[in-house]
Amino acid sequence: MTKVLLDPTGERSVPHRERLARPASFDGHVVALLDISKPRGDVFLDQLEQRLTAAGAQVRRYKKPTFTKPAPVDLRHEIATQCTLVIEALAD
Amino acid sequence: MTQPNAPTLPDGLVVFLKRECETCRMVAPLLTEFPVAVFTQDDPAFPDSLPSVHDGNLSLSWHHDIETVPTLLRIVDGAEVERTVGWLRTDWQRITGLATLGDDLPIMRPGCGSMSVDPDLAPGLAAAFGGNVLTSRRLELADRDDEFEMLFDRGFTDGLPVVPPTEERVLRMLEGTHRDPHEIVTIVPPDLVPVTIEKIAVNAVMAGCKPEYLPWVIAAVEAVCTDEFNIHGVLATTMPVGPVIVCNGPGTRAIGMNGGGNAMGQGNRANLTIGRAVQLVVRNVGGGRPGEVDRATHGNPGKIAFCFAELESSSPWTSLAQSRGFEPSDDTVTVFAGEGPRCIVDQKARTAAELANTFAACLRTLHNPKLVIGFDTVLVVGPEHARVFADDGWDRERVLAELHARLDSPGSDLVWGAGGIADGIPPHLKDLTLPKFRPDGILLVHAGGGAGLFSAMIGGWANGTTGSQPVTWPVTYDAANTDESEAS
Repeated sequence: MTKVLLDPTGERSVPHRERLARPASFDGHVVALLDISKPRGDVFLDQLEQRLTAAGAQVRRYKKPTFTKPAPVDLRHEIATQCTLVIEALAD
Repeated sequence: MTQPNAPTLPDGLVVFLKRECETCRMVAPLLTEFPVAVFTQDDPAFPDSLPSVHDGNLSLSWHHDIETVPTLLRIVDGAEVERTVGWLRTDWQRITGLATLGDDLPIMRPGCGSMSVDPDLAPGLAAAFGGNVLTSRRLELADRDDEFEMLFDRGFTDGLPVVPPTEERVLRMLEGTHRDPHEIVTIVPPDLVPVTIEKIAVNAVMAGCKPEYLPWVIAAVEAVCTDEFNIHGVLATTMPVGPVIVCNGPGTRAIGMNGGGNAMGQGNRANLTIGRAVQLVVRNVGGGRPGEVDRATHGNPGKIAFCFAELESSSPWTSLAQSRGFEPSDDTVTVFAGEGPRCIVDQKARTAAELANTFAACLRTLHNPKLVIGFDTVLVVGPEHARVFADDGWDRERVLAELHARLDSPGSDLVWGAGGIADGIPPHLKDLTLPKFRPDGILLVHAGGGAGLFSAMIGGWANGTTGSQPVTWPVTYDAANTDESEAS
Protein backbone atom coordinates (compact mmCIF):
# COMPACT_ATOMS: atom_id res chain seq x y z
CA MET A 1 0.00 0.00 0.00
CA THR A 2 1.29 3.43 -0.87
CA LYS A 3 2.12 5.54 2.13
CA VAL A 4 0.99 9.14 2.06
CA LEU A 5 2.51 11.88 4.19
CA LEU A 6 1.59 15.53 4.47
CA ASP A 7 4.02 18.21 3.35
CA PRO A 8 5.20 20.15 6.42
CA THR A 9 6.50 23.11 4.44
CA GLY A 10 4.91 26.35 3.35
CA GLU A 11 4.66 24.80 -0.14
CA ARG A 12 6.18 27.81 -1.80
CA SER A 13 8.53 27.64 -4.71
CA VAL A 14 10.98 30.44 -4.23
CA PRO A 15 11.89 32.05 -7.55
CA HIS A 16 15.55 31.72 -8.41
CA ARG A 17 17.12 34.96 -9.48
CA GLU A 18 20.43 35.09 -11.27
CA ARG A 19 22.89 37.72 -10.15
CA LEU A 20 23.63 40.46 -12.63
CA ALA A 21 26.80 39.98 -14.59
CA ARG A 22 29.81 41.71 -13.03
CA PRO A 23 30.21 45.07 -14.81
CA ALA A 24 33.37 45.68 -16.82
CA SER A 25 33.67 49.17 -15.39
CA PHE A 26 31.88 51.61 -13.12
CA ASP A 27 31.15 54.01 -15.93
CA GLY A 28 27.57 55.15 -15.63
CA HIS A 29 26.92 53.09 -12.53
CA VAL A 30 25.57 54.31 -9.22
CA VAL A 31 26.78 52.11 -6.36
CA ALA A 32 24.72 51.81 -3.18
CA LEU A 33 26.68 51.17 0.02
CA LEU A 34 24.34 49.75 2.63
CA ASP A 35 25.38 50.07 6.26
CA ILE A 36 23.49 47.45 8.28
CA SER A 37 24.12 49.34 11.53
CA LYS A 38 26.68 46.97 12.98
CA PRO A 39 29.60 48.58 14.80
CA ARG A 40 32.38 49.70 12.48
CA GLY A 41 30.52 48.78 9.33
CA ASP A 42 30.90 52.45 8.46
CA VAL A 43 34.69 52.16 8.68
CA PHE A 44 34.62 49.44 6.08
CA LEU A 45 32.21 51.36 3.87
CA ASP A 46 34.27 54.58 4.12
CA GLN A 47 37.21 52.69 2.64
CA LEU A 48 35.06 51.21 -0.07
CA GLU A 49 33.58 54.56 -0.94
CA GLN A 50 37.05 56.07 -1.38
CA ARG A 51 38.17 53.30 -3.67
CA LEU A 52 34.98 53.18 -5.68
CA THR A 53 34.97 56.92 -6.16
CA ALA A 54 38.59 56.78 -7.28
CA ALA A 55 37.56 54.12 -9.78
CA GLY A 56 34.97 56.43 -11.27
CA ALA A 57 31.83 55.19 -9.56
CA GLN A 58 29.10 57.40 -8.24
CA VAL A 59 28.40 56.29 -4.66
CA ARG A 60 25.32 56.67 -2.50
CA ARG A 61 25.23 55.69 1.18
CA TYR A 62 22.27 54.02 2.92
CA LYS A 63 21.70 52.63 6.40
CA LYS A 64 19.33 50.08 7.88
CA PRO A 65 17.65 51.10 11.15
CA THR A 66 18.93 47.93 12.83
CA PHE A 67 21.05 44.98 11.80
CA THR A 68 18.64 42.58 13.50
CA LYS A 69 15.80 42.97 11.04
CA PRO A 70 15.51 42.92 7.26
CA ALA A 71 15.86 46.23 5.46
CA PRO A 72 12.50 48.03 5.32
CA VAL A 73 10.65 47.81 2.03
CA ASP A 74 10.95 51.55 1.44
CA LEU A 75 14.71 51.43 1.83
CA ARG A 76 15.00 48.51 -0.58
CA HIS A 77 12.82 50.35 -3.06
CA GLU A 78 14.89 53.50 -2.70
CA ILE A 79 18.10 51.63 -3.41
CA ALA A 80 16.59 49.76 -6.33
CA THR A 81 15.33 52.91 -8.00
CA GLN A 82 18.38 55.09 -7.38
CA CYS A 83 21.27 52.68 -7.89
CA THR A 84 22.51 50.05 -10.32
CA LEU A 85 24.88 48.18 -7.99
CA VAL A 86 24.78 47.50 -4.26
CA ILE A 87 27.36 46.50 -1.66
CA GLU A 88 26.21 45.49 1.82
CA ALA A 89 28.53 45.72 4.81
CA LEU A 90 27.63 42.65 6.72
CA ALA A 91 29.49 42.64 9.99
CA ASP A 92 31.82 44.29 12.42
CA MET B 1 -26.38 14.87 11.37
CA THR B 2 -25.38 13.00 8.25
CA GLN B 3 -22.17 13.81 6.43
CA PRO B 4 -22.40 15.13 2.86
CA ASN B 5 -22.10 12.41 0.23
CA ALA B 6 -23.00 9.75 2.75
CA PRO B 7 -23.95 6.34 1.36
CA THR B 8 -27.74 6.11 1.34
CA LEU B 9 -29.48 4.01 3.95
CA PRO B 10 -32.51 1.94 2.91
CA ASP B 11 -35.93 3.45 3.46
CA GLY B 12 -37.73 2.25 6.53
CA LEU B 13 -36.21 1.46 9.89
CA VAL B 14 -32.45 1.08 10.32
CA VAL B 15 -30.52 0.09 13.40
CA PHE B 16 -26.78 0.14 14.19
CA LEU B 17 -25.48 -2.38 16.73
CA LYS B 18 -22.41 -4.15 18.02
CA ARG B 19 -22.28 -7.42 19.89
CA GLU B 20 -19.96 -6.03 22.55
CA CYS B 21 -22.71 -3.68 23.73
CA GLU B 22 -24.97 -5.05 26.44
CA THR B 23 -27.87 -2.79 25.47
CA CYS B 24 -27.55 -3.99 21.86
CA ARG B 25 -27.76 -7.58 23.02
CA MET B 26 -30.82 -6.66 25.10
CA VAL B 27 -32.73 -5.14 22.15
CA ALA B 28 -31.60 -7.71 19.55
CA PRO B 29 -34.53 -10.11 20.14
CA LEU B 30 -36.99 -7.28 19.46
CA LEU B 31 -35.68 -6.81 15.93
CA THR B 32 -37.68 -9.77 14.66
CA GLU B 33 -40.91 -8.01 15.59
CA PHE B 34 -40.75 -5.34 12.84
CA PRO B 35 -39.02 -4.87 9.49
CA VAL B 36 -35.63 -3.29 10.04
CA ALA B 37 -32.28 -3.15 8.24
CA VAL B 38 -29.61 -4.14 10.72
CA PHE B 39 -26.03 -2.89 10.51
CA THR B 40 -23.54 -4.48 12.84
CA GLN B 41 -20.17 -2.98 13.62
CA ASP B 42 -18.09 -5.71 15.21
CA ASP B 43 -19.39 -9.26 14.73
CA PRO B 44 -20.87 -9.92 11.25
CA ALA B 45 -22.95 -12.76 12.77
CA PHE B 46 -24.65 -10.47 15.25
CA PRO B 47 -27.53 -10.55 15.95
CA ASP B 48 -28.00 -14.27 15.72
CA SER B 49 -31.72 -14.06 15.10
CA LEU B 50 -31.75 -12.29 11.73
CA PRO B 51 -29.58 -11.29 8.80
CA SER B 52 -27.45 -8.18 9.15
CA VAL B 53 -25.05 -6.08 7.09
CA HIS B 54 -21.54 -5.87 8.46
CA ASP B 55 -20.36 -2.25 8.51
CA GLY B 56 -16.85 -3.58 8.68
CA ASN B 57 -15.02 -0.45 7.60
CA LEU B 58 -17.46 1.67 9.63
CA SER B 59 -18.15 3.79 6.57
CA LEU B 60 -21.90 3.89 7.14
CA SER B 61 -21.49 4.50 10.85
CA TRP B 62 -19.04 7.33 10.24
CA HIS B 63 -20.97 8.99 7.44
CA HIS B 64 -24.22 8.90 9.39
CA ASP B 65 -22.60 10.17 12.59
CA ILE B 66 -23.50 7.16 14.67
CA GLU B 67 -22.07 8.02 18.09
CA THR B 68 -23.93 5.43 20.17
CA VAL B 69 -25.13 1.89 19.65
CA PRO B 70 -27.87 0.96 19.43
CA THR B 71 -29.06 3.80 17.23
CA LEU B 72 -32.47 3.42 15.63
CA LEU B 73 -33.30 5.57 12.62
CA ARG B 74 -36.26 6.01 10.36
CA ILE B 75 -35.41 6.79 6.75
CA VAL B 76 -37.86 8.29 4.27
CA ASP B 77 -36.84 8.82 0.63
CA GLY B 78 -33.22 8.30 1.62
CA ALA B 79 -33.29 10.95 4.34
CA GLU B 80 -33.25 10.50 8.07
CA VAL B 81 -36.42 11.71 9.76
CA GLU B 82 -36.10 10.22 13.24
CA ARG B 83 -33.33 8.92 15.46
CA THR B 84 -33.00 7.58 18.97
CA VAL B 85 -29.87 6.38 20.74
CA GLY B 86 -29.54 3.68 23.36
CA TRP B 87 -32.77 2.11 24.55
CA LEU B 88 -35.54 4.52 25.43
CA ARG B 89 -38.69 2.46 25.33
CA THR B 90 -41.08 5.31 24.44
CA ASP B 91 -38.84 6.38 21.55
CA TRP B 92 -38.55 2.88 20.15
CA GLN B 93 -42.33 2.37 20.46
CA ARG B 94 -43.04 5.66 18.70
CA ILE B 95 -40.54 5.15 15.87
CA THR B 96 -41.58 1.57 15.19
CA GLY B 97 -45.29 2.27 15.73
CA LEU B 98 -45.49 -0.76 18.04
CA ALA B 99 -47.16 0.45 21.21
CA THR B 100 -46.14 -2.53 23.32
CA LEU B 101 -42.61 -3.06 21.99
CA GLY B 102 -40.26 -4.08 24.76
CA ASP B 103 -42.80 -3.64 27.50
CA ASP B 104 -40.93 -6.26 29.53
CA LEU B 105 -37.67 -4.33 29.21
CA PRO B 106 -36.54 -1.47 31.41
CA ILE B 107 -37.75 2.00 30.51
CA MET B 108 -34.30 3.15 29.62
CA ARG B 109 -30.80 1.80 29.14
CA PRO B 110 -27.93 3.89 27.81
CA GLY B 111 -26.09 2.47 24.85
CA CYS B 112 -22.38 2.11 24.24
CA GLY B 113 -19.98 4.18 22.19
CA SER B 114 -20.10 3.52 18.48
CA MET B 115 -16.89 2.03 17.11
CA SER B 116 -16.81 4.95 14.67
CA VAL B 117 -16.09 7.35 17.54
CA ASP B 118 -13.53 5.12 19.24
CA PRO B 119 -10.59 7.50 19.85
CA ASP B 120 -8.22 4.94 18.39
CA LEU B 121 -10.24 4.58 15.20
CA ALA B 122 -11.87 7.97 14.60
CA PRO B 123 -8.87 9.79 13.14
CA GLY B 124 -8.29 6.98 10.68
CA LEU B 125 -11.93 7.05 9.64
CA ALA B 126 -11.83 10.82 9.25
CA ALA B 127 -8.73 10.44 7.08
CA ALA B 128 -10.36 7.70 5.01
CA PHE B 129 -13.79 9.27 4.59
CA GLY B 130 -13.41 12.93 5.51
CA GLY B 131 -11.93 13.93 2.20
CA ASN B 132 -10.75 17.47 1.93
CA VAL B 133 -10.32 18.60 5.52
CA LEU B 134 -6.55 18.58 5.15
CA THR B 135 -5.21 20.72 2.35
CA SER B 136 -1.48 20.08 2.65
CA ARG B 137 0.22 18.63 -0.39
CA ARG B 138 0.33 14.84 -0.28
CA LEU B 139 3.72 13.19 -0.56
CA GLU B 140 3.36 9.67 -1.85
CA LEU B 141 5.94 7.04 -1.05
CA ALA B 142 6.50 3.84 -2.91
CA ASP B 143 6.05 0.61 -0.99
CA ARG B 144 9.73 0.15 -0.36
CA ASP B 145 10.52 3.73 0.50
CA ASP B 146 11.51 4.30 4.10
CA GLU B 147 9.44 7.23 5.30
CA PHE B 148 11.99 8.19 7.95
CA GLU B 149 14.76 8.40 5.39
CA MET B 150 12.51 10.27 2.98
CA LEU B 151 11.85 12.91 5.64
CA PHE B 152 15.60 13.30 6.18
CA ASP B 153 16.28 13.41 2.44
CA ARG B 154 13.79 16.20 1.89
CA GLY B 155 15.33 18.32 4.62
CA PHE B 156 12.27 18.29 6.86
CA THR B 157 14.02 17.27 10.06
CA ASP B 158 16.24 18.98 12.61
CA GLY B 159 18.79 16.19 12.36
CA LEU B 160 16.81 13.76 14.49
CA PRO B 161 14.16 11.37 13.19
CA VAL B 162 10.63 12.74 13.09
CA VAL B 163 7.28 11.02 13.35
CA PRO B 164 5.92 10.62 9.79
CA PRO B 165 2.98 13.05 9.42
CA THR B 166 0.25 10.80 8.07
CA GLU B 167 -3.25 12.12 7.50
CA GLU B 168 -4.47 10.05 10.43
CA ARG B 169 -1.88 11.42 12.83
CA VAL B 170 -2.47 15.01 11.72
CA LEU B 171 -6.24 14.65 12.14
CA ARG B 172 -5.69 13.24 15.59
CA MET B 173 -3.37 16.16 16.40
CA LEU B 174 -6.03 18.63 15.27
CA GLU B 175 -8.36 17.25 17.92
CA GLY B 176 -6.16 19.15 20.37
CA THR B 177 -7.68 22.47 19.32
CA HIS B 178 -11.07 23.84 18.37
CA ARG B 179 -9.48 26.23 15.92
CA ASP B 180 -10.20 25.80 12.22
CA PRO B 181 -7.41 23.84 10.49
CA HIS B 182 -7.44 26.41 7.70
CA GLU B 183 -7.13 29.45 9.97
CA ILE B 184 -4.01 31.43 9.18
CA VAL B 185 -2.29 31.87 12.51
CA THR B 186 0.58 34.15 11.65
CA ILE B 187 3.31 34.85 9.11
CA VAL B 188 6.52 32.89 9.65
CA PRO B 189 9.89 34.46 8.88
CA PRO B 190 12.28 34.36 7.21
CA ASP B 191 10.32 33.50 4.07
CA LEU B 192 7.24 35.30 5.45
CA VAL B 193 4.94 32.36 4.79
CA PRO B 194 1.38 32.29 6.19
CA VAL B 195 1.03 29.30 8.51
CA THR B 196 -2.25 27.54 9.18
CA ILE B 197 -3.32 25.52 12.19
CA GLU B 198 -3.01 22.48 9.91
CA LYS B 199 0.63 23.18 9.07
CA ILE B 200 1.45 23.66 12.74
CA ALA B 201 -0.27 20.34 13.44
CA VAL B 202 1.79 18.60 10.74
CA ASN B 203 5.00 19.83 12.35
CA ALA B 204 3.71 19.03 15.83
CA VAL B 205 3.16 15.45 14.72
CA MET B 206 6.70 15.32 13.39
CA ALA B 207 8.06 16.71 16.65
CA GLY B 208 6.29 13.96 18.60
CA CYS B 209 3.60 16.06 20.28
CA LYS B 210 0.39 14.73 21.74
CA PRO B 211 -2.80 16.54 20.67
CA GLU B 212 -3.14 18.26 24.03
CA TYR B 213 0.18 20.00 23.44
CA LEU B 214 -1.01 21.64 20.23
CA PRO B 215 -2.50 24.80 21.80
CA TRP B 216 0.88 25.41 23.45
CA VAL B 217 2.73 24.99 20.18
CA ILE B 218 0.32 27.36 18.44
CA ALA B 219 0.75 29.98 21.17
CA ALA B 220 4.54 29.73 21.01
CA VAL B 221 4.52 30.02 17.21
CA GLU B 222 2.32 33.10 17.50
CA ALA B 223 4.66 34.57 20.10
CA VAL B 224 7.91 34.04 18.20
CA CYS B 225 6.42 35.44 14.99
CA THR B 226 5.61 38.81 16.54
CA ASP B 227 7.62 41.79 15.43
CA GLU B 228 8.69 42.24 19.07
CA PHE B 229 10.27 38.81 19.32
CA ASN B 230 11.77 39.09 15.83
CA ILE B 231 12.41 35.45 15.01
CA HIS B 232 14.02 36.54 11.74
CA GLY B 233 16.81 38.23 13.63
CA VAL B 234 17.03 35.51 16.27
CA LEU B 235 17.48 33.01 13.47
CA ALA B 236 19.86 35.03 11.35
CA THR B 237 22.22 36.12 14.10
CA THR B 238 25.63 34.56 14.47
CA MET B 239 25.02 34.38 18.24
CA PRO B 240 23.99 30.98 19.68
CA VAL B 241 20.39 31.85 20.53
CA GLY B 242 16.99 30.40 19.83
CA PRO B 243 13.52 30.61 21.31
CA VAL B 244 13.52 29.61 24.98
CA ILE B 245 9.93 28.88 25.95
CA VAL B 246 8.81 29.20 29.58
CA CYS B 247 5.30 27.87 30.21
CA ASN B 248 3.00 29.01 33.01
CA GLY B 249 -0.44 28.11 34.27
CA PRO B 250 -2.47 25.13 35.40
CA GLY B 251 -2.38 23.69 31.89
CA THR B 252 1.31 22.91 32.31
CA ARG B 253 0.35 20.38 34.99
CA ALA B 254 -2.59 19.10 32.97
CA ILE B 255 -0.36 18.13 30.04
CA GLY B 256 2.40 16.81 32.26
CA MET B 257 5.10 19.40 31.69
CA ASN B 258 8.17 19.36 33.86
CA GLY B 259 9.23 22.31 35.97
CA GLY B 260 10.99 20.18 38.55
CA GLY B 261 14.07 17.99 38.43
CA ASN B 262 15.88 18.20 35.09
CA ALA B 263 13.31 20.73 33.85
CA MET B 264 15.65 21.95 31.13
CA GLY B 265 17.01 18.51 30.35
CA GLN B 266 15.80 15.38 28.70
CA GLY B 267 13.04 13.01 29.63
CA ASN B 268 9.78 14.95 29.42
CA ARG B 269 7.77 14.57 26.26
CA ALA B 270 5.72 17.77 26.57
CA ASN B 271 8.71 20.00 27.29
CA LEU B 272 10.79 18.63 24.46
CA THR B 273 8.22 18.19 21.75
CA ILE B 274 6.55 21.57 22.21
CA GLY B 275 9.91 23.27 21.89
CA ARG B 276 10.85 21.09 18.97
CA ALA B 277 7.59 21.68 17.12
CA VAL B 278 8.12 25.44 17.23
CA GLN B 279 11.58 25.03 15.72
CA LEU B 280 10.25 22.69 13.03
CA VAL B 281 7.61 25.27 12.05
CA VAL B 282 10.31 27.90 11.70
CA ARG B 283 12.42 25.48 9.69
CA ASN B 284 9.80 23.94 7.44
CA VAL B 285 7.20 26.66 7.03
CA GLY B 286 9.41 29.72 7.48
CA GLY B 287 12.39 28.27 5.66
CA GLY B 288 14.80 29.06 8.50
CA ARG B 289 17.57 26.50 8.17
CA PRO B 290 21.14 26.39 9.46
CA GLY B 291 23.65 27.44 6.84
CA GLU B 292 20.99 29.42 5.02
CA VAL B 293 19.31 32.26 6.90
CA ASP B 294 20.41 30.70 10.21
CA ARG B 295 24.01 31.91 10.44
CA ALA B 296 24.83 30.86 14.01
CA THR B 297 28.54 30.54 14.68
CA HIS B 298 28.07 27.75 17.20
CA GLY B 299 24.38 27.41 17.86
CA ASN B 300 23.37 25.57 21.02
CA PRO B 301 21.60 22.29 21.79
CA GLY B 302 18.52 24.25 22.84
CA LYS B 303 17.91 25.11 19.21
CA ILE B 304 16.47 21.63 18.83
CA ALA B 305 14.06 22.25 21.69
CA PHE B 306 14.21 24.50 24.75
CA CYS B 307 10.93 24.59 26.61
CA PHE B 308 10.07 24.06 30.27
CA ALA B 309 7.45 24.93 32.84
CA GLU B 310 7.85 27.21 35.82
CA LEU B 311 7.53 25.24 39.06
CA GLU B 312 4.63 27.24 40.44
CA SER B 313 3.35 24.78 43.02
CA SER B 314 6.25 25.23 45.44
CA SER B 315 7.38 28.69 44.40
CA PRO B 316 7.70 31.32 47.12
CA TRP B 317 7.05 33.95 44.46
CA THR B 318 4.47 35.10 41.99
CA SER B 319 5.06 33.54 38.60
CA LEU B 320 6.85 34.93 35.60
CA ALA B 321 3.51 35.21 33.78
CA GLN B 322 2.00 37.16 36.66
CA SER B 323 4.93 39.55 36.58
CA ARG B 324 4.06 40.10 32.94
CA GLY B 325 0.40 40.91 33.54
CA PHE B 326 -1.37 37.56 33.50
CA GLU B 327 -3.45 35.77 36.13
CA PRO B 328 -2.40 32.56 37.91
CA SER B 329 -5.27 30.80 36.13
CA ASP B 330 -4.00 31.79 32.67
CA ASP B 331 -2.01 29.40 30.56
CA THR B 332 0.80 31.27 28.83
CA VAL B 333 4.07 30.88 27.03
CA THR B 334 6.87 33.39 27.42
CA VAL B 335 9.40 33.29 24.62
CA PHE B 336 12.92 34.57 25.12
CA ALA B 337 15.77 34.67 22.64
CA GLY B 338 18.33 32.79 24.67
CA GLU B 339 21.45 30.70 24.65
CA GLY B 340 21.99 27.55 26.71
CA PRO B 341 21.72 27.65 30.51
CA ARG B 342 24.78 28.17 32.69
CA CYS B 343 24.93 26.92 36.25
CA ILE B 344 25.23 29.27 39.23
CA VAL B 345 26.73 27.42 42.20
CA ASP B 346 26.58 28.57 45.80
CA GLN B 347 26.29 25.86 48.42
CA LYS B 348 27.38 27.97 51.36
CA ALA B 349 25.10 31.02 51.31
CA ARG B 350 22.56 30.91 54.10
CA THR B 351 21.32 34.48 53.82
CA ALA B 352 19.57 36.14 50.94
CA ALA B 353 22.21 38.85 50.80
CA GLU B 354 25.05 36.33 50.47
CA LEU B 355 23.25 34.50 47.72
CA ALA B 356 22.44 37.73 45.89
CA ASN B 357 26.14 38.54 45.93
CA THR B 358 26.92 35.26 44.18
CA PHE B 359 24.13 35.71 41.69
CA ALA B 360 25.30 39.20 40.84
CA ALA B 361 28.92 38.11 40.44
CA CYS B 362 27.86 35.42 37.99
CA LEU B 363 25.33 37.54 36.14
CA ARG B 364 27.92 40.22 35.63
CA THR B 365 29.91 37.85 33.40
CA LEU B 366 27.05 37.25 31.00
CA HIS B 367 28.41 37.29 27.42
CA ASN B 368 31.24 39.62 28.48
CA PRO B 369 31.68 41.36 31.84
CA LYS B 370 32.15 44.64 30.03
CA LEU B 371 28.99 44.47 27.92
CA VAL B 372 26.02 46.03 29.69
CA ILE B 373 22.33 46.83 29.18
CA GLY B 374 22.19 45.29 25.73
CA PHE B 375 21.32 41.72 26.79
CA ASP B 376 18.59 40.33 29.03
CA THR B 377 18.66 37.08 30.99
CA VAL B 378 16.29 34.41 32.23
CA LEU B 379 17.36 33.62 35.78
CA VAL B 380 16.13 30.16 36.72
CA VAL B 381 16.27 29.92 40.48
CA GLY B 382 16.33 26.41 41.91
CA PRO B 383 14.03 25.56 44.83
CA GLU B 384 16.84 25.34 47.38
CA HIS B 385 18.17 28.74 46.40
CA ALA B 386 14.65 30.16 46.34
CA ARG B 387 14.19 28.93 49.89
CA VAL B 388 17.23 30.92 51.02
CA PHE B 389 15.68 34.08 49.61
CA ALA B 390 12.23 33.22 50.97
CA ASP B 391 13.56 32.52 54.47
CA ASP B 392 14.76 36.12 54.61
CA GLY B 393 11.42 37.36 53.32
CA TRP B 394 12.60 38.42 49.88
CA ASP B 395 9.76 38.39 47.39
CA ARG B 396 10.21 38.54 43.61
CA GLU B 397 10.46 42.31 43.55
CA ARG B 398 13.01 42.38 46.38
CA VAL B 399 15.20 39.75 44.76
CA LEU B 400 15.25 41.65 41.49
CA ALA B 401 15.87 45.00 43.18
CA GLU B 402 18.76 43.58 45.22
CA LEU B 403 20.33 42.01 42.15
CA HIS B 404 20.06 45.17 40.07
CA ALA B 405 21.56 47.16 42.93
CA ARG B 406 24.60 44.86 42.92
CA LEU B 407 25.11 45.08 39.18
CA ASP B 408 25.99 48.71 38.64
CA SER B 409 29.47 49.46 37.30
CA PRO B 410 31.47 52.64 36.78
CA GLY B 411 31.74 53.39 33.10
CA SER B 412 35.48 53.76 33.40
CA ASP B 413 35.70 50.01 34.09
CA LEU B 414 33.69 49.22 30.99
CA VAL B 415 35.11 51.42 28.25
CA TRP B 416 36.91 49.96 25.30
CA GLY B 417 40.35 48.79 26.40
CA ALA B 418 39.75 48.98 30.16
CA GLY B 419 41.22 46.00 31.99
CA GLY B 420 43.10 45.03 28.88
CA ILE B 421 39.88 43.97 27.20
CA ALA B 422 39.16 45.61 23.88
CA ASP B 423 35.40 45.21 23.94
CA GLY B 424 33.08 47.26 26.10
CA ILE B 425 31.35 50.61 25.82
CA PRO B 426 32.37 53.80 23.97
CA PRO B 427 34.73 56.13 25.85
CA HIS B 428 32.25 58.99 26.11
CA LEU B 429 30.28 56.91 28.66
CA LYS B 430 33.19 56.57 31.06
CA ASP B 431 31.82 58.97 33.69
CA LEU B 432 28.46 57.26 33.98
CA THR B 433 27.41 54.48 36.35
CA LEU B 434 25.83 51.78 34.25
CA PRO B 435 23.66 48.78 35.15
CA LYS B 436 24.39 45.32 33.76
CA PHE B 437 20.74 44.89 32.81
CA ARG B 438 17.95 47.23 31.81
CA PRO B 439 15.26 47.51 34.52
CA ASP B 440 13.13 44.63 33.21
CA GLY B 441 16.09 42.70 31.85
CA ILE B 442 16.08 39.88 34.42
CA LEU B 443 13.24 37.38 33.95
CA LEU B 444 12.98 35.47 37.21
CA VAL B 445 11.69 31.89 36.99
CA HIS B 446 11.38 29.25 39.70
CA ALA B 447 12.24 25.77 38.43
CA GLY B 448 14.35 22.76 39.19
CA GLY B 449 14.59 19.73 41.42
CA GLY B 450 14.18 19.72 45.16
CA ALA B 451 17.83 19.01 45.90
CA GLY B 452 20.77 21.12 44.83
CA LEU B 453 21.87 24.61 45.79
CA PHE B 454 22.08 25.64 42.16
CA SER B 455 20.42 28.04 39.79
CA ALA B 456 20.89 28.80 36.12
CA MET B 457 21.17 31.84 33.94
CA ILE B 458 20.26 31.99 30.29
CA GLY B 459 21.86 34.81 28.37
CA GLY B 460 19.83 36.66 25.78
CA TRP B 461 20.38 38.24 22.42
CA ALA B 462 20.35 41.94 21.52
CA ASN B 463 17.35 43.32 23.38
CA GLY B 464 14.93 46.15 22.88
CA THR B 465 13.18 47.33 19.78
CA THR B 466 16.28 46.83 17.66
CA GLY B 467 16.65 43.18 18.71
CA SER B 468 14.29 40.78 20.45
CA GLN B 469 11.84 41.49 23.24
CA PRO B 470 10.52 38.71 25.46
CA VAL B 471 6.89 38.07 24.57
CA THR B 472 4.23 36.43 26.76
CA TRP B 473 1.31 34.97 24.86
CA PRO B 474 -1.92 33.36 26.09
CA VAL B 475 -2.64 29.74 25.25
CA THR B 476 -6.15 29.60 23.78
CA TYR B 477 -8.36 26.60 23.37
CA ASP B 478 -11.41 28.08 21.66
CA ALA B 479 -12.17 28.41 17.98
CA ALA B 480 -11.91 32.17 17.86
CA ASN B 481 -8.70 33.67 19.11
CA THR B 482 -9.65 37.24 19.82
CA ASP B 483 -7.25 37.84 22.68
CA GLU B 484 -4.14 38.61 20.72
CA SER B 485 -4.11 42.17 21.97
CA GLU B 486 -3.49 40.80 25.46
CA ALA B 487 0.02 39.77 24.59
CA SER B 488 2.60 41.74 26.47
